[in-house]
Amino acid sequence: MSGIMPALLMLCPLVPAVLTFFLREDSHRLRNAVAIGSALLKLALIAVVLLGVAAGNEYELRIPLVPGLYMLLRVDELSLLFITLSSFLWLVTTVYAIAYLGGHENLSRFFGFFNLCVAATTGIALSGSLVTFFFFYELLTLSTWPLVVHNGDEKSLSAGRTYLAYTMGGSAALLLGIVWAEGVAGPVEFIAPLDFEDTGTLAQRLIFVLCVGGMGVKAALIPLHGWLPTAMVAPAPVSALLHAVAVVKAGAFGIIRFIHDVYGIARVEELALGLPLALIASATIIYGSVRALQQTDIKRRLAFSTVSQVSYIVLGASLAGPIAAIGGLVHLVHQGLMKVTLFFAAGALAERIEVRSVDQLDGAGRRMPLTMVAFSLAALGMIGVPPLAGFMSKWFIGVGALEAGRGWVILVLAGSSLLNAAYFLPLIYRAWFKPAPEGAVSAGAERPLALILPAVVTAISVLGAGVLAGLWISPLGWATLIVEREYLP
Amino acid sequence: MTASGLAALPLLELTVVLPLAGLLLALPLGHHGARATLALAPIILLVTALLCIEIMWSGAPIERVAGGWDVPLGIALRADGISGAFLLTTALVACAVAVFQAQGGQDGGATRRSTFWPLFLATWGALNAVFVSGDLFNLYVALELLTLAAVAMVAYGSTEAAMRYLLFALSGSLVFLLGVALIYAGSGTFDIGLLGSAGAGDTAMTVAAAFMTAGLLAKAALFPFHAWLPPAHGNAPTPASALLSALVVKAPFFILVRIWFDIGPETSGVLMQLLGYLGVAAILYGSLLAMRQERLKLVIAYSTVAQLGYLFLVFPLAGAAQDLPWTAGTWSGAIFHALSHALAKAALFLAAGIVIEAVGHDRLQGLAGLARDLPMTVFAFGIAAVSIMGLPPSGAFIGKYLMLTGALAGGHVFLAIVMIGGGLLAAAYLFRPLRLMLLAGETQPAKAIARRRQVVPLLLALAAVGLGIAASLPYALLQIGRSLTATEGIE
Repeated sequence: MSGIMPALLMLCPLVPAVLTFFLREDSHRLRNAVAIGSALLKLALIAVVLLGVAAGNEYELRIPLVPGLYMLLRVDELSLLFITLSSFLWLVTTVYAIAYLGGHENLSRFFGFFNLCVAATTGIALSGSLVTFFFFYELLTLSTWPLVVHNGDEKSLSAGRTYLAYTMGGSAALLLGIVWAEGVAGPVEFIAPLDFEDTGTLAQRLIFVLCVGGMGVKAALIPLHGWLPTAMVAPAPVSALLHAVAVVKAGAFGIIRFIHDVYGIARVEELALGLPLALIASATIIYGSVRALQQTDIKRRLAFSTVSQVSYIVLGASLAGPIAAIGGLVHLVHQGLMKVTLFFAAGALAERIEVRSVDQLDGAGRRMPLTMVAFSLAALGMIGVPPLAGFMSKWFIGVGALEAGRGWVILVLAGSSLLNAAYFLPLIYRAWFKPAPEGAVSAGAERPLALILPAVVTAISVLGAGVLAGLWISPLGWATLIVEREYLP
Repeated sequence: MTASGLAALPLLELTVVLPLAGLLLALPLGHHGARATLALAPIILLVTALLCIEIMWSGAPIERVAGGWDVPLGIALRADGISGAFLLTTALVACAVAVFQAQGGQDGGATRRSTFWPLFLATWGALNAVFVSGDLFNLYVALELLTLAAVAMVAYGSTEAAMRYLLFALSGSLVFLLGVALIYAGSGTFDIGLLGSAGAGDTAMTVAAAFMTAGLLAKAALFPFHAWLPPAHGNAPTPASALLSALVVKAPFFILVRIWFDIGPETSGVLMQLLGYLGVAAILYGSLLAMRQERLKLVIAYSTVAQLGYLFLVFPLAGAAQDLPWTAGTWSGAIFHALSHALAKAALFLAAGIVIEAVGHDRLQGLAGLARDLPMTVFAFGIAAVSIMGLPPSGAFIGKYLMLTGALAGGHVFLAIVMIGGGLLAAAYLFRPLRLMLLAGETQPAKAIARRRQVVPLLLALAAVGLGIAASLPYALLQIGRSLTATEGIE
């Protein structure tokens, strides 16, 4: 009985993905109904599972493949955090994508791979073992490539090539690490700490470097981040998906899993691996922000901002301490909500009023008020203005760093916040306080509503996640629960 | 139907007799042979499937002696787990190719000639004979029939390539036959079962096995004996390319497995290492050349050179130390790789065939925009490519994972890195054509291809993926009749 829910959660995006590939190009209504219907169904399933887990039920599905190799889907608190986020953002991104891609070509292919990508993300969230994780991690790589190259021009295909070169290289390292770890310790499930018996510390460190390094490609840690800004040529809904829900999140989620549920914080500290990772994450935070500051194209600025922001998650996980861990976990959700809003807005600006670079933003606030309100809220959240979502993350990471005796992290956080302000505030200023250029058309800019409302919905959730952070059902409440259960067994 | 009911049917004999009878039937039919083949193919598939069920059911190899005489005079037929797996894969691929081609494949008119379908059935029958032969001499005969049928099919495309293939294959046959003769001189029997139970032989046995191995390498196109393969597979008509690359080159590998794992001569560590390093060279060299080809079919053909290299890694990984608990897994991994490659490679060649029929050529630079006009074919190509790269959830991933585990457990770090690197190289040479097909372009297909034919490579590619998803069943089948108890020690 307990295996049915994970299977249903998996099939819920997988079946529509396969169906969509076979739909005729012009059956728009059916395709949209399938996409939105399955997203709603999945949210309903998640609600059932959430209640079940709260009531102490366990959900687990084990599929044997060959001796020593099996698929394990399991629902725990951490998978619920990720799956809830991805399913919510899947719904809004689907609505947005339908509006955004209205008259485009190859829509069945697009939505097929889009759903497949969500299926892969679901699998990543539900994975109960490293091999299962790898299965879906690779499926994600493969299903996002057609989305990145969707436009089919020379530019997007070359971006696709860069994307593959980075991610498949990362996966190769990850695979080697996984096989090595399983060779010495048997099948690795996500129940820390891994029993290494008499494996030397050097081997343990190398396995860690291979696995975290491999996942660091998707999480865009420097120097492995090069693919992310290039992949910006993809259509806006894809960028939103890549940056907020699927790809970079899969990397960050994997690193959290690996640190918390494979090695365990204690062993990571024992092997002196936490500090180097925290330093790389910090360097990525600063580097991403500095590069974002240099960009004039809005989407590229957002891309470098992602490089920076995702590393908060890794930073939180690498500081050995419960409070920092809460900060990292909650930023997984908060960054997703904020970044998806920013990309929705940027896509709408480009599509409706041809605003693509920073200096074209003048007066955009009056031309597309709803969009820019959403954009401004998310940007302020990114900077860390209380009581928005981003503030909560930074606060917990900062306090956690102090608690773990790594005070220098506060400097990183402060520096990054200043840089965030430096690259986001001019945008907000231009949009609201500068006059629009002569002859700018703004009538009907915020149509269709399906293109505008998703950003508004996610912006409200950015506000909500911050203001209602005290409730147990908020992302912060849930992250606290996860960490409590780990530290206080 | 019960197990005994199945056992009452001469399934084992039928796997060889049916294709060969079909061959005799198709000869006088001329180009109507297509219809006869199309009628016969599902029956052979059914027989093969029933045979696999019988093997699974009884949990032991099925043995028959044809001709009414006992071994060593009669013809011993024997099907264990790997026989069943190869037979079934062959039947699936052959059926797919028959359905694909009999429904109006053009391809230079090769299949309109009266000789094509008899050759097709001869290939199928010879393959099945290789998989069920219980003695070395019958193996030799089956292998010769296979070679001749394969060379003849290559000759439809290019006489020069066929001649080169023939030269390599016949030299290989001579050396192989020499090895067989040495074994017979030493032990007085051809029977694989008897040779195996006689225990590890003396040095003469190892020398004989080495001769047979050298002969088979030429037929299996292992680096550096690969030079015949790309022109032969790259220029043959589509259905022939699919059969050759997917199956025909696997037959010599199958015999090598029989020799080194079933007869089990005293293993020579150096020879095993050598085979492994030739495999490594094949992976690297084949992949690098695949990246530089300008024609789609040549990319796929060089990919075969590279992928065959993986199979030979099984010898240093599992051949030299048969008592390690990981060997059984490694060994099964190599077989998984071979089966998955067969399905995926056939899919790739059929997809390439569709491309050639649609646009009239297979030059990579002229394929831009195909994804719009032939979405199903490009999709099939993509899924098959995933399988060739050894990515999850394909059967090749299971194979690669098992082999990797064995490699790291046995301390073969270099081989492990080559295996993983080879996957990246495969991605590099297979994404290149995919990328070009997805490019928005003006290529207009000259001719529409029926969907019921386009779906064939897609089904084959999905079968390669399905092999990974439902791996437990084929894995169990592979273990039947293994002398090493394969299920222990891996947990």
